[in-house]
Amino acid sequence: MASMTSEGLVDWAGPILSGALTTVQIAVLAYAIGLLLGLLGAGAKLSPWAPLRGLATAYSTLIRAVPELLLIILLYYAGAQALDALLARLGMAGAVQITGFATAVGVLAFVQGAYMTEVFRGAILAIPRGQLEAADAFGFSRWTRFHRFVLPGMLPNALPGMSNLWLILIKDTALISVIGFNELFFTIQQAAASSRAYFLFYSAAGVIYLLMTLSSTALFARLERHVRRGQPTEV
Amino acid sequence: MDFSWLSDPFYQGYLWEGFVNTLWLLLVSAVGGLLLAVGVALARLRGPRPLAWLTWAFTTVMRGTPLLVQLFFFYYGVGRLLEGVPGIRETFLWPLLRDPFFFAALTFILSVGAYSGEVIRGAMQSVPRGELEAGRAFGLSSFQVLVRLWLPRAIQLCLPTLTGEMILLLKSVPLVSTIALMDLLQAANIIRDETFLVYEPLLLIAGIYLATTVVLTLGLRLVELNFPGMRPTRRRWLPISSTG
Repeated sequence: MASMTSEGLVDWAGPILSGALTTVQIAVLAYAIGLLLGLLGAGAKLSPWAPLRGLATAYSTLIRAVPELLLIILLYYAGAQALDALLARLGMAGAVQITGFATAVGVLAFVQGAYMTEVFRGAILAIPRGQLEAADAFGFSRWTRFHRFVLPGMLPNALPGMSNLWLILIKDTALISVIGFNELFFTIQQAAASSRAYFLFYSAAGVIYLLMTLSSTALFARLERHVRRGQPTEV
Repeated sequence: MDFSWLSDPFYQGYLWEGFVNTLWLLLVSAVGGLLLAVGVALARLRGPRPLAWLTWAFTTVMRGTPLLVQLFFFYYGVGRLLEGVPGIRETFLWPLLRDPFFFAALTFILSVGAYSGEVIRGAMQSVPRGELEAGRAFGLSSFQVLVRLWLPRAIQLCLPTLTGEMILLLKSVPLVSTIALMDLLQAANIIRDETFLVYEPLLLIAGIYLATTVVLTLGLRLVELNFPGMRPTRRRWLPISSTG
């Protein structure tokens, strides 16, 4: 019995914390790239050029119709192969750690971008037309029109969706463990298997993910108050 | 691309079993989960204070942690604890507790109960009070008001969200391959291990999922259109009624 309890949470605290850090890094990077992909996707979906619209529609529809886990496994092998080939060409073959991290980020960002495309498309369409026409009437350049009118105009509409997607992304990072990359949940699985304290470690995993999602929710609530400043408050 | 393995009856058997298990798990979790969701919504709105608080904690935890972690928690964590209970091996529960399908269904039912419970709670809160008071004024008991007015009106309000939740549920099913339950992904993994093909089995089941998602989306849209009280909007949507 003593040997069962000798390997507890304290012994694994270090690896688990570093796993949690990796998870946060993966999530933040994937989110940033996902935001960019979403903006590009929404821009393409609203573009007057039909082939671009078709491409963006295919991207957001196909990705959203296939289970995330399946996509992550598929894209992980394809992405890792492509990245390995690239690194080999650059004479850096065998840099497995870079490959694992980069593909994890890339895969999650690619999936995230498809969902973000829909969020941004809806938010941009919800901007009152007159505001954008006013921008055109005053002769603002395309870039100024984008970052002075479109961006602040759509953010209040997009933020609830963006916050949802961030929470989904944090939870999706756990899927990376299926591929065998050493993030938080992979570390937890190793700890649970080695100590045989399955209940303890999986509960701990739940608590850590809950802390991440709850603190994000609080942060996004503050952010939403900020972007909604000056707007009439809803009852 | 090499799809010659598709003609092997063994692999066809795996894929068929995986497909049936996927649909079966979807059905069990959807029915059980939606029933639980109604209970969750009621407990939060009308339950006694401690029950309402417990239900809030339940939904927060279920919605704030990854489904994969929950699956491992119930299958390995709770499962191992139950194995240690003295005498449990002799009870009728034992075959159930050895079965990954049981734990997968349990996890999914709890998850659907939490997510859809919040959706239904929000919808129940948006049903105008006057309608429920009218029901009471006509002499319906509070149970009749719930079953005949409150729930149908609430479901009417949130039906598109609920059908969206069902699509999300379908897309969560591959997670169960991690606890060795034979779903489509597990079937593909077995085929990949035996044929040394990396992509083809995965691409095939991605196609199957794509088709299932499309069929399920269309089927659920039919349900939406035929739900009582949704018809007036349907007529307005169809251009036929405006011309003739």
